[in-house]
Amino acid sequence: MITKRIIACLDVHAGRVVKGVQFVDIIDAGDPATQAARHARDGADEIVLLDITATHEGRATLLETVRRTARELFVPFCVGGGIRSAADAAQVFEAGADKVSVNSAALADPTLIDAIGRSFGAQAVVVAIDARRDPHAADPVRDAQVFVQGGRKPSGRRVVEWAREAEARGAGEILLTSMDSDGMRTGFDCELTAAVSEAVGIPVIASGGAGTVDHFVDVFGRGKADAALAASIFHFGVSSARSLKEELARSGVSMRLPC
Amino acid sequence: MRVTVVDYKAGNLTSVLKALRHLGAEPSVTDSDLSLIHTAERIVLPGVGHFAATQRLDATGLTPAIRAAIARGVPFLGICVGMQWLYTGSSEAPAQPGLGHFAEQCTRFAESSEKIPHVGWNSLEVRPVSRLLAGVGPGEFVYFTHSYKAPVTADTAAITTYIEPFAAAVERGNVMGVQFHPEKSGATGLKILRNFLGWQAEGTK
Repeated sequence: MITKRIIACLDVHAGRVVKGVQFVDIIDAGDPATQAARHARDGADEIVLLDITATHEGRATLLETVRRTARELFVPFCVGGGIRSAADAAQVFEAGADKVSVNSAALADPTLIDAIGRSFGAQAVVVAIDARRDPHAADPVRDAQVFVQGGRKPSGRRVVEWAREAEARGAGEILLTSMDSDGMRTGFDCELTAAVSEAVGIPVIASGGAGTVDHFVDVFGRGKADAALAASIFHFGVSSARSLKEELARSGVSMRLPC
Repeated sequence: MRVTVVDYKAGNLTSVLKALRHLGAEPSVTDSDLSLIHTAERIVLPGVGHFAATQRLDATGLTPAIRAAIARGVPFLGICVGMQWLYTGSSEAPAQPGLGHFAEQCTRFAESSEKIPHVGWNSLEVRPVSRLLAGVGPGEFVYFTHSYKAPVTADTAAITTYIEPFAAAVERGNVMGVQFHPEKSGATGLKILRNFLGWQAEGTK
């Protein structure tokens, strides 16, 4: 039986893992290669490395960080941040990534999704969507807005529509981050995740808000997520992917165990 | 040992090469140099993406060279699209023939309420005769990412179920294929690649 995936996310800034709250107030959480290896050993089903300031500041250290992190990693490895062209993606793949995640650049030029998919296959293209509910809209979920530039700027696009377009252009997965929930540890945005998951036929990775085991049970159930991503609960020894997965399995969620 | 990895520009090879090197092999890569096929002691054909990319194997003359190597008994491992290429073809690119080593055709997963592609960790039901999957116990998981798959037949070495049962691995003599990505399947995947590298060929001339 296919299992739900627990993905450990490393937000990287200037070659270091960092953790923010609602995309700001950033603190240091270690070396990417060391952290990735530890998460894989601790049972994470996949590793995502996001260079969170690359789009904003340029992507100087990304490739070296990817190369070092990929060296001894034998689980799927996705890299995002500052990938603006199929040529950028090619360099990241060459450095050892299995998938790339595109965000701002795909919104600026959606054909980037087609281009990377054509060269490397749909399975290698993850479209990351930073979403914020629109509290003034009649339907805050359906009208949730896509933000770009690391959450700095509204794009003018609606989340569900953009996810559908990404799929039509050949994205293999959607990585949906709720900016409202990010770093809050108050739970995923299950309503928004379900709305996206029902709108597309490709897997949806839920991100933003993980704080307890029940939050994961909820997003795999009510939220219809295929995978869930978390960063802060795995840092500072709060929990490990393995103990999380064991608890989820006890709650009836299909998990890769032992791992 | 001379392990030749075939590059037909279907996705990146980095992960496969990294895993083979981790296991002590020193792989060579060929995208057209047939001498690396003629002298190979192991051949690995990876591949992600579209079946149509296998056209390059025909265009470069790699297809007949690989066919001859297989006839000599050189152990061969196809991964993902590389496994599908061992069949007569795939409905993903009907005009492009596969090697035809296995007589069946690869097809897309049937439309259902499940997501396509099949992405993630799924379990293997290993047939006891498989040498490639020796030591892989019940309930071990491997990583898949694909929309097309081969049918279950007498040559199937392991079955996985997603929407329907399909061939997660195929094995006949020295010719093997895996639909999943052993290079991305943690300790289980490395065990399978180790089995391939340590393979004692049957009937090698």
